[in-house]
Amino acid sequence: MTMANENLIPAQEFCIHHNIEISFIDSLQEYGLLQVHTMEGTGYIDEEQLEELEKMVRLHYDLNINMEGIDAIRHLLQHMHSLQHDLVALRNRLRLYETGD
Amino acid sequence: MEFVDYYKILGLDKNASTEDIKKAYRKLARKHHPDLNPNDKEAHKKFQQINEANEVLSDPEKRKKYDQYGKDWQHAEQFEQARQHQRQQQQYAGSSGQEFSGDFGDTDFSDFFTSMFGGGSRSQRSQKGFKGHDYEAELHLSLKEAATTHQQTLTVNGKNIRITIHAGVENDQKIKLKGHGAPGRNGGPAGDLYITFKIKEDTRFKRLGSDLYTTEHVDLYTMVLGGEVMIDTLNSKLKLKVAPGTQNGTKVRLKDKGFPVYRQEGQHGDLYVTYEVKLPTVLSEKERELFTQLSKLKS
Repeated sequence: MTMANENLIPAQEFCIHHNIEISFIDSLQEYGLLQVHTMEGTGYIDEEQLEELEKMVRLHYDLNINMEGIDAIRHLLQHMHSLQHDLVALRNRLRLYETGD
Repeated sequence: MEFVDYYKILGLDKNASTEDIKKAYRKLARKHHPDLNPNDKEAHKKFQQINEANEVLSDPEKRKKYDQYGKDWQHAEQFEQARQHQRQQQQYAGSSGQEFSGDFGDTDFSDFFTSMFGGGSRSQRSQKGFKGHDYEAELHLSLKEAATTHQQTLTVNGKNIRITIHAGVENDQKIKLKGHGAPGRNGGPAGDLYITFKIKEDTRFKRLGSDLYTTEHVDLYTMVLGGEVMIDTLNSKLKLKVAPGTQNGTKVRLKDKGFPVYRQEGQHGDLYVTYEVKLPTVLSEKERELFTQLSKLKS
């Protein structure tokens, strides 16, 4: 593996480690939820996507949530994070006025 | 140690069927799953309770023991000893395989559970290894500390961790230190450490994003006749000119003299200075006379 792709994890290895089927990875890719890099016929997952991927594995295998559901949840969580960020910023702004001279 | 009513946790009565338990569990798990409730400690706790309830009620043997001895958990040990004698070579057949994998510390069972059943069993998928628990910590900084990139050593669970705090960090900003949480189990990765920065109020400056606000008290004569004042910035002092006839509440902006912008070295917000007139409270005879003359002059 070259320097550029040293952070790639073979999809097959990920599946063995988590005891899941490779078809799950294929489905995520089909739904645009995961980017899989293919080199010489082998699929690789970028290490940066690992956390998100593990979350999707849990949602699917633990909660029986299908691909459409995972997609919807991701959007809602992103929205929630953005709102939380705004909330923190607004709280800090409010603090300025509450304690202002 | 308190008795834990697993039926109540799952919203079921004692006659609930295996299917009812499964349904109730799944419904509640979807509601309280930590992936769907990030940073929600209450949901996390609730999820652990649901998992524990399911661990017991979905396993016929554990359920039987719980139904029989639940409220008198103290006798469970005697019960267990008798049972162990009968089935020394036997092993638990495993639970229903419905438990969730352990990225959230869901392997934390209550004292009640541990007292009755020992450790929890795990599903086949999650036996591959658990990520350790995530830790949450708060780091309190003064405004000045938050304005300077510096290193601090934290002690988390007996381990010293040296972190770099970048200038411009926000109040309530959270950072993740991967792998600094609890150790993983069965070869799983360690959890993460989340640090939330709490920035103390500063008496001199108020901060809004990267801008700073301060109030400068200026004496009446300088406000009326003009002059110079020395003001404090976060790290130094500055001499400012005050124009004659400056009104009370006048605000001046000092470009790039505010707070550092997070992770953008060399960039700063602005400093806003509000002039507030400081009126003399005690007047000498002479002053009173002169003020009177001034007021007559005006009228």
